[in-house]
Amino acid sequence: MANGLQTSWRRAWSPWTVSTAALTAMVMAPFVVLAGYLVFGVAAEWGHIARHLLPRYIGNTAMLTAGVALVTLLIGVPTAWLVAVYDFPARRTLAWALLLPLAIPTYLAAFTWAGILDWAGPVQSTLRRTFPGHDGTWLPFEIMSMPGAILVLASVLYPYVYLVTRVSFQRQSHLVLEAARTLGRPPLQCFLRVALPLARPAMAGGVALALMETLNDYGAVKYYGIDTFTTAIFRAWFGLNDMTSAIRLSACLLGAVALVMALEYGLRGRARFGNGGSDQGAQRLRLTGWRGWGASLVCALPVLVAFVVPVLMLSAWAASTWRQVLERDFLLLVRNSFLLAAGAALVAVVIAIVIAFTVHLYRRRSLRLIAGAASVGYAVPGAVIAIGVLVLCIAGDRLLGRWSAGHTGLLFTGSVAALLGAYVVRFLAVGKQTMSAGFEGLGNRLQAASRTLGAGPSRTLFQIELPLLRGSVAAAALLLFVEVLKELPLTLILRPFNFDTLATRAYQYASEEMLAQSAAPALLILLTGLLPIILINRLSQRQASPS
Amino acid sequence: MVKYLKVCLAVLAGFFMTASAQEKVVNVYSHRHYETDKRLFAQFEKESGIKVNIVKANADELINRLQIEGSNSPADILLTVDAGRLWRAQERGLLQPVESEILRENVPANLRDPAGHWFGLTTRARVIVYAADRVKPEELSTYEALAERRWRKRIAVRSSENIYNQSLLASLIANDGVDAAAKWAEGMVENLARKPKGNDRDQIKALASGQADLAIVNTYYLGLLLHSEDAGEREVASKVAICFPNQGDRGAHINISGAGVTRHAPNKDAAIKLLEFLSGAEAQAAFAGSNYEYPVNPRVPWSEQLQAWGEFKADALNVGELGRHNDEAVRIFDRAGWR
Repeated sequence: MANGLQTSWRRAWSPWTVSTAALTAMVMAPFVVLAGYLVFGVAAEWGHIARHLLPRYIGNTAMLTAGVALVTLLIGVPTAWLVAVYDFPARRTLAWALLLPLAIPTYLAAFTWAGILDWAGPVQSTLRRTFPGHDGTWLPFEIMSMPGAILVLASVLYPYVYLVTRVSFQRQSHLVLEAARTLGRPPLQCFLRVALPLARPAMAGGVALALMETLNDYGAVKYYGIDTFTTAIFRAWFGLNDMTSAIRLSACLLGAVALVMALEYGLRGRARFGNGGSDQGAQRLRLTGWRGWGASLVCALPVLVAFVVPVLMLSAWAASTWRQVLERDFLLLVRNSFLLAAGAALVAVVIAIVIAFTVHLYRRRSLRLIAGAASVGYAVPGAVIAIGVLVLCIAGDRLLGRWSAGHTGLLFTGSVAALLGAYVVRFLAVGKQTMSAGFEGLGNRLQAASRTLGAGPSRTLFQIELPLLRGSVAAAALLLFVEVLKELPLTLILRPFNFDTLATRAYQYASEEMLAQSAAPALLILLTGLLPIILINRLSQRQASPS
Repeated sequence: MVKYLKVCLAVLAGFFMTASAQEKVVNVYSHRHYETDKRLFAQFEKESGIKVNIVKANADELINRLQIEGSNSPADILLTVDAGRLWRAQERGLLQPVESEILRENVPANLRDPAGHWFGLTTRARVIVYAADRVKPEELSTYEALAERRWRKRIAVRSSENIYNQSLLASLIANDGVDAAAKWAEGMVENLARKPKGNDRDQIKALASGQADLAIVNTYYLGLLLHSEDAGEREVASKVAICFPNQGDRGAHINISGAGVTRHAPNKDAAIKLLEFLSGAEAQAAFAGSNYEYPVNPRVPWSEQLQAWGEFKADALNVGELGRHNDEAVRIFDRAGWR
């Protein structure tokens, strides 16, 4: 084991720990500002909030997150297992198609499903035409409800679980599985007794991402009339005009998330799931006949329901409105969105690798805590983070103004750089989560082995571990890219003058209840996200069998 | 070294400054998302030679941004879609009073701040829409009457999260007092046909599907449904009719979309020019018409759809009162359980 690394204090101040500390400090800076508000602000409406809002909101939030966790696991894990271990008709296509729903922002999914199922929508209209005489509501199931919200959110969030778990399944030593098979275990038992426990860190990571996204969603739950914790934050802030209470609520939310993460970590216990990275490409088990087609069906169903149906609806809307919506600046929107997402993904992936690697290398509790702190942005609503970033930008600009002899220009505020920084603060957890799962899967034997051969940790990282973790890097980049592409609140508030992205344009229409008009930019978000999804999926596939 | 750095920064800052100071510009923080706005701004640019820069976000967030930016703020104009937020910005000292003969003439007194901190540019009416086959127009009279027992479980309305509902309740507080307003909210909650959800269009759809008999919505959402690209939505609109409440007393509740000049506006003159342009007869028709809103300028003729809905008496309450009572309204909603 790499115990030698842990004991020496001199070692603890390596370039890796120092850069991790520095990067974490930078990412945490906006939250220090928010903590300042928390300490010095007056939460005038707190009593009212605690009495009238919190009890109901906490119950709803618990139910929503539990539901989303369950459904994302139910969809994400079996599909990941099938794609990773078996071969069946259309497997290659389905492997990336299963990621597609990720490109649909939650609020858009909520609006689209309501549009599909409401009285004026295609389903009920068809039913009415087919059975004349009935004019009322036809569906026994009301989409704008708690179960509806759980299903809609899970339908676009399961790819987190699928992607992270699939990488884990693929990298699990096939030797282990083949050993189990040769010992006569039926496939289902291999899955339940061997693969599933091995994939637990990845599953937990994927669900954690899906849940944090759920906790951060405002548009969908607001539209469906479900009061969650996030609703309370915005009600305190905008409705009751009490920002301190809003930040305090965000802090509570953060505490809840930290608790869940700690529980997950505690459950995982001391078990180490390293399997040495012996990834010799094993043969995928070929499923033939009805089994094969069954597997295809299981994997195709989520794609059909979560992606194809909403996209068909959006396409129908877009077909009726694109003339009115598409303008010359649309290419500019695509370019803005693409560059922003790519830039933020690049920066965040690099930072995520540095932090995750440092934790992987040193395995210190304190480091793990620091690194965990760098993930808080994902659990805090974007609009709240924007406050912290804005305050920092203005402070920077003031300082600059003082230095440059009284000029009061705005260099940081409303700049693309500030926006990029805010994205990193907000989404770093996505990259870190994925990279941590990757490093954890590798275990520390590689480091130990190359140390005995005289290679330092950095050399091991660049020459052995990162190449092995190509898939995790690609997955992290992909998730980050898509996240930024659909991000809204930060973009709205921090963007420069006259700067639009596809998401802001889609939102512009949706917020005016012009859903049909928002369809064209929404479809372009999907298309823009499509290319990197296919590309990066290919990279992460290759990880299982290095050439 | 430090000196060198300072010179560099000065040059850099100077570059950014001259970029914005040399050409004439006006910077707008806007909550309005309409396509017509863009066309009108382009027209203004052509006529005045002043470039219009825009950041679009929610009014609450823009107000926060203004506050944090303080004297460094590049914004000249805050443009919102309701009076309450303008009032809130004014309360926080983010707007400055403007003296303009043109604005005073174009905007009626109850639709602007008496001291000139902000001016209404369009008005929107929040009215009752009813299922034409189940409700007779004679049954409807006032907002207050909606809380009566006979409407039990028959009304659809969106969440109190929504600013238009907050402003409606604020107008009831201003007109009837806090206690009466709280009673009204409680009665309304009893009368809801379903838990508040969806947007205004969804409330109208609930009438078509038979889930509710009455809904409270802004008129322009019905306009959008009537002229929708979607046949299903047009069918929804054909099944409902509109009622302007309180015609026997104070008149229907109206709100404004409006704007004010910011406290630290670097381009104040250009900002006033833009507001004057937007309140003028030519711009008003387009500004309000595109979204089936009402022009504030009384000399501007109404669009065809507005004329079809007919003249109505509007509440003469100064819309600033909606902002004054906003926080109280939200507290009443919470206590009444109107989510």
